[in-house]
Order: sequence, then structure tokens, then C-alpha cells
Amino acid sequence: MINISEVLETNKMILEESLDVRTITMGVSLLDCADASLKTTCDNVYDKLTTLAKDLVKTGDAIGREFGVPVINKRISVTPAAIVGSACCRTPRDFVRIAKTLDRAAKKLGVNFVGGYSAIVSKGMTKADKLLIRSIPEAMASTERVCSSVNVGSTKTGIDMDAVRLMGETVKKTAEATRERDSIGCAKLVVLCNAPDDNPFMAGAFHGVTEGDAVINVGVSGPGVVNYVLRNTCRGESFEVLCETIKRTAFKITRVGQLVAQEASKRLGVPFGIIDLSLAPTPAVGDSVADILREIGLEQPGAPGTTAALALLNDQVKKGGVMASSYVGGLSGAFIPVSEDQGMIDAVNAGALTIEKLEAMTCVCSVGLDMIAIPGDTPASTISGIIADEAAIGMVNQKTTAVRVIPVAGKKEGDTVEFGGLLGHAPVMKVSGFSCEAMIARTGRIPAPIHSFKN
Amino acid sequence: MKKAIITVVGKDAVGILAKTCTYLAEANINILDISQTVVQEYFNMMMIVDVAKCTKSFDDVAAELGELGLGMGMKIRCQRSEIFERMHRV
Repeated sequence: MINISEVLETNKMILEESLDVRTITMGVSLLDCADASLKTTCDNVYDKLTTLAKDLVKTGDAIGREFGVPVINKRISVTPAAIVGSACCRTPRDFVRIAKTLDRAAKKLGVNFVGGYSAIVSKGMTKADKLLIRSIPEAMASTERVCSSVNVGSTKTGIDMDAVRLMGETVKKTAEATRERDSIGCAKLVVLCNAPDDNPFMAGAFHGVTEGDAVINVGVSGPGVVNYVLRNTCRGESFEVLCETIKRTAFKITRVGQLVAQEASKRLGVPFGIIDLSLAPTPAVGDSVADILREIGLEQPGAPGTTAALALLNDQVKKGGVMASSYVGGLSGAFIPVSEDQGMIDAVNAGALTIEKLEAMTCVCSVGLDMIAIPGDTPASTISGIIADEAAIGMVNQKTTAVRVIPVAGKKEGDTVEFGGLLGHAPVMKVSGFSCEAMIARTGRIPAPIHSFKN
Repeated sequence: MKKAIITVVGKDAVGILAKTCTYLAEANINILDISQTVVQEYFNMMMIVDVAKCTKSFDDVAAELGELGLGMGMKIRCQRSEIFERMHRV
């Protein structure tokens, strides 16, 4: 039987160490909504979402109250819109209507984000993919809750450099289209390599075509819990003790996510998909991956040793998590966004953390360059270069990588931008002034790496 | 049987247990086990209860116990027991 110290430990994690279920994300296939008429397609999308997910928010909140653990976000991910709209969209503006439909459905349902305004162009772009990508700036400017993602490469296909070039320009245009709100459109736009089909976290969530009609995916979090445990039990201990402690804590966190996911799946009558056991920081003090790195023994994230510390952390989180749930998927690991993690912001402000060091860190953690504000006058080709570098890391290392940079219109290095809420605030970081324009101007693809040929 | 865990945390005072138990009896909630500790003058109590025959909804019980706690300067939480079992048992 459960004893009092175990009960108090769980409640302490929830009440004092920011343990929460970060998101219940319902993935919904919109393949059966496609029609040759744009209006019919939009009507079908709206009707399907508002019918299937009508109880999502209510159910998430009820589960949170009964178990006494906060379920922070309730979200939707959908089939990449480039596929859904391929039969009916003739112009970028047609795709914007689909974005507005998704936004309208999200508001009706009370979910804070809907992901899947996406194109999967790892090897090449269809006409519809290009139209959707060209529509992203207007779609991000004219909607509030729609998240967009474009997958430009994979280990099996190589990197579509035409898409990389186009995405550099698209990120710039999106920043410009939302310049009066500190270019916030770019905070809802991510460029991926090896994007998973079942990721519940925004902005990269979409419901892949390998998925069923509907699925419940849950993202758990808890950097604050790991940080607290390390601070109180692990100072000066060996790596064995350190790793064991992180693993045990990740196990406990993931078990809560598994319980919530199964309960949500049962109540909503939608199959359970995966648990994404990511350490996702928030701007709240203490709920920080950077603070864990400090606790491992770094003066600041960015100091020599940071990549090793992050590799260790990421691996132990996975090892604890896979023991706790049979279906682990999504991104699963440690997130290192800058604007959403007060400890990372402090490290940038202290001059300890640069984009180049963050790039090295993305080789060993679950995602990539995330929520990084850069000067508004950064050329599109340089942004494409950053995207290509991250995609190459993902492609060669057979992992997901992503770029979510915000070239904040009108801001320069050293300025600060305020996105608000979970997106936090960020110092504008220095980007190398050396050009990669001639490389980005080349057309075609980077071939798949040799170790992808496993047949 | 549908088990829930009630925790009461706060400064120790007279009548905490009595008031909580009275509420539970009125709601037809059966107490299966009680344990308590006092750490640095702070009263920590845990009850394992069966809410299967409870006359109120789980939501209402959790909210009303929370209010009852506030009235005594205590924090009372009522949670379904699975969250603890899953976290601490393989």
C-alpha cells in the first residue's frame, strides 16, 4: 500500500517543483476532409475537428482535477495541410483559408494551439507544398493559434536544399508580416529534419499520414523536479549516482504522463498513441533545463562540458522513460529553447552561450535551435544556412533537428524581445556575418548519407 | 472499491481530524487507513478512502475538502490513488 512519504513526495513535485502534464494533444487525420472545392474542404475540416475534439478541453481539465496534477495545454495536431489542400488550393491565399479554418476550430474548442499547417518536403516539393510554404507568412500573420512546420530533410532522403532556400525567405517574410508584434509569427513556425509523425509538442506537431484516424499523444515535463532532486541529493556524487537519480526521476514523471494519457484515451474514446517524455522548460524560475546543467556542475550553460552534460541528461531521461511506458515517441529528450528558459536567457546575457554552442548542443539533445531571437537584418540566405546546418546534424545522426529562429524585424544584437506567456522573452543573439549565399543559391538536394542505405 | 488519497497539510491544531472525518461521513466516504506525522510543527496526514458509494461527485468532494481546509488554515487535497500507485510502484 502507498505510504505517506510517497504521497507527500508526489504532491511536493506537483506543488513546489512544477511537475505537470505539459500537453494532451489529439492527433486528427484530415485526409477524409479533402475535396475539389475549397469551401467544402474547409467545412469538412471545421466539422470534423469540432466534433471529434469537442470534449478534449473539458476532459483534460477533469483529469487534472481528479489526479491533482495540472494538465497545462490541450492541443490538436492535424494531417499536414499541404496534403489536405492539394486538390482544392490554387493559390497561397487558398491555403490561408484553411489556416483560418483551423484557427476558428481551435478557438471554438478552446485549445491554445493547432499544429499541422505543414508540408513534408524531405526530397521534393509538390505544387501544393510550394503554395503552402508561400502562404505561411500571411497564414501566421492572420491567425492566432495555428502552428506551422516544414520538414526539409531526413536520413533516408537527404536534404531538399530548394526547400531550405525557400524556408530562409519564408522565415524572413513571416517576421516582416508580424513585425508589429516582435515578429511573433516565427515563434509558430519551425523547420525540421527527421520530423516524427506523432510529436505532441508545438510548433512542430502534425498528425502524420502513418497515423490512424485519431490518436491521443501526451507530452510530460518536469525539469523543475529533476533540478530539485539533483540539488538535494546529488551534489558531489559520482556520475553513477547522478545518472541513476535522473533516470529514477524521469521514470516517475513519465508514469504520471502514461496514466493521464490512458485516462484521456479511455474517456475520449480515442486510441492512445505515445508519451513524449521531454524536459520542456517554461519561463518560470526553477523550471529550467539550464538550471539542471548548472546543477550537474557547469558555471553557466555554454561552458566547456555543456555538450557532455546535456548528452548525459538526455540519455538518462530516455532510459527512465522507456521503462515507464511501452509507447514512447515524439521528440523525447531535453529541450533547449532560449526564450522559454530563464536559465538559458541568463546564460546568453552573461555571454556564456552562443548560437554556435547551441548548435553543438543540438547534436545530443532531442531537438534543435529553438526560440532564438536573431537580428532583423539577418539575410535570408544566412537563415537558410542555419537551417541547412541543423538539417545536416539531424540527417547524419539519424535524429530530429529543428530550427525556430526569430529574425526580429527592426531589432539588433543586444536588444530584448517579449513574446509573452509560455513563449517568454529573449535577448537578440549574434549571428555570424560571413555569407553562405553562393552555397544556398545552388539548386537541388544534398544526397542521403551512406549509412542510410540499410536495405 | 474506488480509492482516493486525502492529504491534510498545515499547522497542527485541535479538531482537524474530527472536522475532516465528519465531512467524509456525511458524504458516505469510507476511511480505509489513516497515517500522520508532525514535522517541524507541521501536521501531515494521509487518508486512504473508498469513494465508491460517495453521494457526491469526485470534483465536488475535492473542491469542498479544499474549502474546508482553507477554513482551518490547512491545505486539503483529494486525489485519485492511481497517480501515487503508478509513480511509486512498477
